[in-house]
Amino acid sequence: MPLIRQGDQPVWKKREPLKQYAHWAGWMLGGMLFVWCWAIISENTIWEFLYDADEQAASLIGRMIPPDWSITGSLMLPLWDTINIATVGTVMGIAIAFPLAFLAARNTTPHPALRAVALAIIVSSRSINALIWAMLLVTIVGPGSFAGMLAIALRSIGFVGKLVYEAIEEIHPTPVEALSATGAGRSQVLAYAVWPQIMPAFAGICVYRWDINIREATTLGLVGAGGIGLQMNAAINNLAWGQVATVFVLIFATVVVSEWVSAKVRHAML
Amino acid sequence: MSNPSTDSGADQQRLALLKDGIWKPLPLIRDARWRWALNAAVLLYIVLAWLSVDVNWSRVAQGMDRGVAFMASFLQPDFVTRSGEIFTGLKESLTMTLAATVIGVLLAIPVGLGAARNISPLPVYLFCRTIIALSRTFQEIIIAILFVAMFGFGPLAGVVTLAFATIGFMAKLLAEDIEDTQKEPLEAIRATGASWLQWVNYAVQPQVMPRLIGLSLYRLDINFRESAVIGIVGAGGIGATLNTSINRYDYDTSAAILLLIIVIVLMSEYLSGYVRKWTQ
Repeated sequence: MPLIRQGDQPVWKKREPLKQYAHWAGWMLGGMLFVWCWAIISENTIWEFLYDADEQAASLIGRMIPPDWSITGSLMLPLWDTINIATVGTVMGIAIAFPLAFLAARNTTPHPALRAVALAIIVSSRSINALIWAMLLVTIVGPGSFAGMLAIALRSIGFVGKLVYEAIEEIHPTPVEALSATGAGRSQVLAYAVWPQIMPAFAGICVYRWDINIREATTLGLVGAGGIGLQMNAAINNLAWGQVATVFVLIFATVVVSEWVSAKVRHAML
Repeated sequence: MSNPSTDSGADQQRLALLKDGIWKPLPLIRDARWRWALNAAVLLYIVLAWLSVDVNWSRVAQGMDRGVAFMASFLQPDFVTRSGEIFTGLKESLTMTLAATVIGVLLAIPVGLGAARNISPLPVYLFCRTIIALSRTFQEIIIAILFVAMFGFGPLAGVVTLAFATIGFMAKLLAEDIEDTQKEPLEAIRATGASWLQWVNYAVQPQVMPRLIGLSLYRLDINFRESAVIGIVGAGGIGATLNTSINRYDYDTSAAILLLIIVIVLMSEYLSGYVRKWTQ
């Protein structure tokens, strides 16, 4: 902390004067950037719509309460589909991500070129939302749960792949060296020195992704990729907000249960 | 892990085999009955799940041409034909992302403070935790549908959606971080007679600031990715352009947009890695 003299009084400051000005200038620039962004958004917004936003909100919520419970029975099968989409999609994603992670980790990759390819796949998969994958897959394999599973799988590859390869890069090198010194082959080193070290992290990552996938699978129906989202979309298009509210309640319950399951499993594993 | 004093039959067998030079790794689940029950349950689930999916293989075969066309279009993305739409969409997405992240983080700080059990009273804690649970349960796109219905089409609905989703994400992680802070500085600052605001600013803030900055940048990244999706339901951004191009089977433009999204996400990831190193 620099000391500045004002007359006879020593005054403590947090930063040097020059640094302090730079700090303020940074905040100023950030603020200006935000205002500029807001101006662009404001230009593209039809503010007239906002005058009755409170009425719209009130009527929307009014029509959602009470939820239309009569359709609950017919939602059970789509809900089962949603859970299947998430689970099977997660398993497929993990099956691809697992070998990919070993190719992408610096310490286990067979060749730097392969590592670059694996990293590119992981980044592409991670950058694109499951819903976009679903839109594409619906045009390719047709609407239905299958497209949803593939979409979930494609999105999970990047997530699981990234976290697992980071876990592999963080392992202790000593067991690997010890095993290599006994003359173990590559696959034996992977199986008995690397795998035991990443197993808890791997299990945690998989369950975590499954939990996220349950959430994502609830919306895939919006673009026709199966699950409870199809019913939600139909209800929204019919402006049947009571039914929409029922779907919301079911989604909320499913997500709470899946979060509880994943927390339990992670707790048991770690 | 392996305890020599427990001598069940399986262990004896394993040791006997080991004396003959045949080594087997320890099973993950010790009890054989549990192992088999688990395997059977997984098998049963796979069968049930498979029955619930009806894959129309002839439709899949039909669509394969499109799949190949889509893959091929990544090699020749078309940035030019729709460059105007792409540019407007990207600009809108980026501005929405920034505005929503700033608003969301600013609102998440009070909610996060309220949701930390060690510094807030129970009623405030429960209220803030409810906000977090609501915001985290529903996907951005569902929230976007509701806000579009309230505020009309356009980027404002998108900004509100992303800000709302940011509150849940940031407040939860911030609250967990505050709950993990060291007690001693909190007690020391309180003992000086500091007001509540001073207490938070000088005891809590320095402990959580580096992580808060890191998380904000991470959320910026997430918000950009989400902004590409909520356009599908009319909440502004690049998503609308992407949706149109996919529905028209104009895969060259879709590939161009997807590549741009990937590049921007990559850049922001590098940037946030750099900033994180610099703040810690």
